[in-house]
Amino acid sequence: MAFLLELLIAFLIVVGSLFLLVGSAGLIKLRDLMTRLHAPTKATTLGIGSILLASMVHFIVVRGAVSVHEILIMVFLFLTAPVTAHFVAKAHLHEHLRDGSELPPTERGCGWSTFDPGPGAPDESGQRPGPRSDAED
Amino acid sequence: MAEHATDDRTFVQRWLPHPLLTLAVVVMWMALLNDFSSGGLVVGLVLGVVIPILTSHFWPDRPAIRHYGKAIAFVGLLLWDVVVANIQVARLIVFRPASALRVRWVAVPIEMKTPEAITLLSATITMTPGTVTSDISADGRSLLVHCLDAPDVVAAVEQMKNRYERRIKEFLE
Repeated sequence: MAFLLELLIAFLIVVGSLFLLVGSAGLIKLRDLMTRLHAPTKATTLGIGSILLASMVHFIVVRGAVSVHEILIMVFLFLTAPVTAHFVAKAHLHEHLRDGSELPPTERGCGWSTFDPGPGAPDESGQRPGPRSDAED
Repeated sequence: MAEHATDDRTFVQRWLPHPLLTLAVVVMWMALLNDFSSGGLVVGLVLGVVIPILTSHFWPDRPAIRHYGKAIAFVGLLLWDVVVANIQVARLIVFRPASALRVRWVAVPIEMKTPEAITLLSATITMTPGTVTSDISADGRSLLVHCLDAPDVVAAVEQMKNRYERRIKEFLE
């Protein structure tokens, strides 16, 4: 029984490391920022989740104590990963796209919020908060 | 100003403005302690009462969760989809040459209006198969999603709307 549980823990750790390795390999293999963004947001959640699960099993079986820190780590990861991904994507839009014409149309009466202040936005001097409009260079 | 003049909240509403947040704070505090003790529970309860009161102005009109069963079912579906998404993306990364990926931007029209529901939907899309939410249209009714491998745009949009937006609408908004 103890052997089987150790096998389970080892299996979870190996699976977790494998996914983390693939996520990191994706960073090298994929070509631009937006595709690279997919690798860490996906592959790492399961990788870290698997290792945390192994940690929980280890503490329950070997130490005989329930550890819930791992669940908290998972919760915080789920809360923060989409925010980070969104920030990186948004920075990419600001830095590398001129006016959003490369993007698909919104099919609404206005553009994407990175490039279009939208209806009801304060528009005092007619200046639009487009990318690089206020850069020093 | 006006809200102080017409403060007709009940005692419970005043001291527990956000019962779910109170519960979340207490549970999170106990989880951080990683050990059950009555002293820790008392501190957790104090935090659970004080933090929602201090932050209540940040939640002026929060939407109520209408159906807890469906919310929990949604979390289960999301966890399952995250596992599937991980395996799919890992397979794409390992076995597909980078040039063969059908990378594209997709505009997803959304019907939901509350910021909380839209945030939940965009976070869900980011965590699931090969998609990252990148922007929202200026009027807040359309999401810009980057797809790692989308052979069929219509099917991808339909999947996001049917699988996630429909379910979120059922318990939130």
